[in-house]
Amino acid sequence: MLDVIPANPVESVLRTDRIPTIWCPGCGIGTTVNSFAAALLTSGIDLNKVAMVSGIGCSGRVSGYMNTDSFHTTHGRAIPFATGLKLANPELTVVVYSGDGDLASIGGNHLIHAARRNIDLKVVLVNNMIYAMTGGQAAATTPHASTSTTTPYGSFEPELNLPHLMDAAGACYVARWTAFHVKQLEKSMGEALKKKGFTFIEVVTPCPTLYQRRNNLGDGLDAMKDYKQRSKIKHGAPTSEVALIPGGEIVVGKFVDRDRPDYLTLLRQQYGERFHEDYTQVSGGEDFQEDPNCCASDGGGGCSTSC
Amino acid sequence: MIRGSIALTVERCKGCGFCVEFCPTKVLALSPAFNTKGYHPPHVVNADKCSGCNLCGMYCPDFAIFGYRLPQAPKEAGA
Amino acid sequence: MMHADPAHVEPGSYFMNGDAACCEGAIAAGARFAAGYPITPSTEIVEHFAKRAPQVGGLFIQMEDELAASIAIQGMVWAGQKSFTVTSGPGFSLMMEHIGYAAMTETPCVFINVQRGGPSTGLPTLPAQGDMMQARWGSHGDYQVIALCPSSPQECFELTVTSFNLAEQYRVPVMLMMDECVGHMTEKVVIPAAEQIPITPRRKTKKAPGEFLLYEPGPDLVPEMAHAGDGYKVYVTGLTHDHRGYPVMTPKQQDELIHRMFEKIRRAKDALTIVEEADLDDAEVVVLSYGITARVAQRAIQIARAKGIRVGKLRLKCVWPFPEHKVSELAQRVKAFIVPELNMGQIALEVMRAANGKCATIHVPHAGGSVHRPEDIVAAIERGAKVC
Repeated sequence: MLDVIPANPVESVLRTDRIPTIWCPGCGIGTTVNSFAAALLTSGIDLNKVAMVSGIGCSGRVSGYMNTDSFHTTHGRAIPFATGLKLANPELTVVVYSGDGDLASIGGNHLIHAARRNIDLKVVLVNNMIYAMTGGQAAATTPHASTSTTTPYGSFEPELNLPHLMDAAGACYVARWTAFHVKQLEKSMGEALKKKGFTFIEVVTPCPTLYQRRNNLGDGLDAMKDYKQRSKIKHGAPTSEVALIPGGEIVVGKFVDRDRPDYLTLLRQQYGERFHEDYTQVSGGEDFQEDPNCCASDGGGGCSTSC
Repeated sequence: MIRGSIALTVERCKGCGFCVEFCPTKVLALSPAFNTKGYHPPHVVNADKCSGCNLCGMYCPDFAIFGYRLPQAPKEAGA
Repeated sequence: MMHADPAHVEPGSYFMNGDAACCEGAIAAGARFAAGYPITPSTEIVEHFAKRAPQVGGLFIQMEDELAASIAIQGMVWAGQKSFTVTSGPGFSLMMEHIGYAAMTETPCVFINVQRGGPSTGLPTLPAQGDMMQARWGSHGDYQVIALCPSSPQECFELTVTSFNLAEQYRVPVMLMMDECVGHMTEKVVIPAAEQIPITPRRKTKKAPGEFLLYEPGPDLVPEMAHAGDGYKVYVTGLTHDHRGYPVMTPKQQDELIHRMFEKIRRAKDALTIVEEADLDDAEVVVLSYGITARVAQRAIQIARAKGIRVGKLRLKCVWPFPEHKVSELAQRVKAFIVPELNMGQIALEVMRAANGKCATIHVPHAGGSVHRPEDIVAAIERGAKVC
């Protein structure tokens, strides 16, 4: 027997003073966080240099629960904020962790352009196929014929095929897993963290309170068992063929893994050529020139603009 | 010899049942007891089957449980 | 006091338009990173910056829309840089949510609006001043911002520097409210030596991680800053939050936070009263104006004085917070304020409010598209002089 029970390693990357979380019983978001935490810890990345950026929604709360630099931004706009962070301080590992409504509906435009530009961001899109936080409205990923609060007679819009969209936009790493695939997801997240460029992982996750319940699909556990049963791993499948069909196969796996120079590499290449290596990018965190005679240097505040 | 064990933070549990379902050796079951929030947390029903694989911990959305390996007795010399 | 980096300031006398001068002001202030989206008549500022930024080790990224630009700059700020974006009316409207986000998260950054005819698509290539109230009230909820108004390319340079300095001083977004005329006008701009350009640096904390609270107010009610990547594990959210930055969504927390953010600006009202005044001591009528309109007003004042009217001038360089104490003092002893604006009456409403019935407020509206004719302002001055 052990004298001291070891601590759960996940807790080292959590703001444990904010747990229990707001997520419902059987919500899969927390499960994905375990995979992410494990991947992060194994990666060896300096945790002081990890920035988590989220938008609004249940999945958007992830950044707040993680013990990193956390940015809870506006609805749909985590990706442009993350772009600014990364470009101004390339040493940061910038992760965007948010939901399907946030990233692919309101945030769709930014998702496409960041992938196109191949900004070095690690995007985890938690797809619970609903706008959960606001009470269960239909999203661009809500399966056809689902009942939601804004589609009370059943939705008749087709769902977005996210991996296909990201593939077409130019993402260099595209994968899909479900919350059931905890180990495979961890591995994928680890690969994404190591890969330079825009990486995209969709994780299909249960929303028991709104999506599952309103569509008579049981609870979170029922969803997880359903994912286990309906998932089919097809690494390298053409992304045009991985659309989520209600009641059909859930195609999971790593679909795209290619190398393309990321935005900053291209920028430095061009500026280097143009400015003949005179170009050295100002990096983030550079200390401004301190004036030893300046009273504001001691952090005292209250400096007027004329000494 | 028992290869692993679990640690549970009872008050974090929301009784979702993921750990019970996905433990590969069916170590856990939902307890008839309640925590202060009214949920049934899991309890160990097959302790000697636990390998400390931590799949329960990986599945738990509320960071309420995790598994860990127990140190094994050294093999006897010459065995 | 810190000053601009001599490596990136080329002092001298230039013949430069307001947009270019604004860009040079941003560089002198220490901005190296910007994001933007093209919109007439502001685009030249970012076009100029796109060329200049790599020369000073920075970069400009044209984002896919103003929603992205207005928050990308905030990511740049939290990564450790000074940043700004540039737009005009329709883009300013799109940026409103993120101006509110900057105010709520106390992110120091600069939003430049080169105003054009509105509403909607309006007159893209022609001047107006129709966004002045929007600069103050455009985002939802209660928040404070600072807004400055240059009247010349020279001031485009100077007030851009001031915008950055005030943003850092008060940890607040600052609006630089230009207009198409001032932006596209080419005039002499004197860029002084870097040592003569005072710069307010980022008020980075010296406390260690673990001791520092991102939203704990200092003696002036402004919290210090920390950046991503320095080990502080900053928590920045638009939700109502406590000193740690953690969401605390209660009326009590809301009360504390909103009051503090109002008070940090309110108590700086003297430092933020940035005006140009002339002949106020014996004035019977005061012309209160800002931006390009102040130049036409200057001519009107000359004409009116030549006619014997005792006209004083109060030109606002800082429009928000509105210098209400200045107006209410003057209202005690003058007959009227004349407020010409390239809009249907916006700052005039503030003047009326601050004057509180003690004197008349005669506004000289203009739907936009060109500047006033001096005669129209003179006519208003004459009406003001006749008030009993």
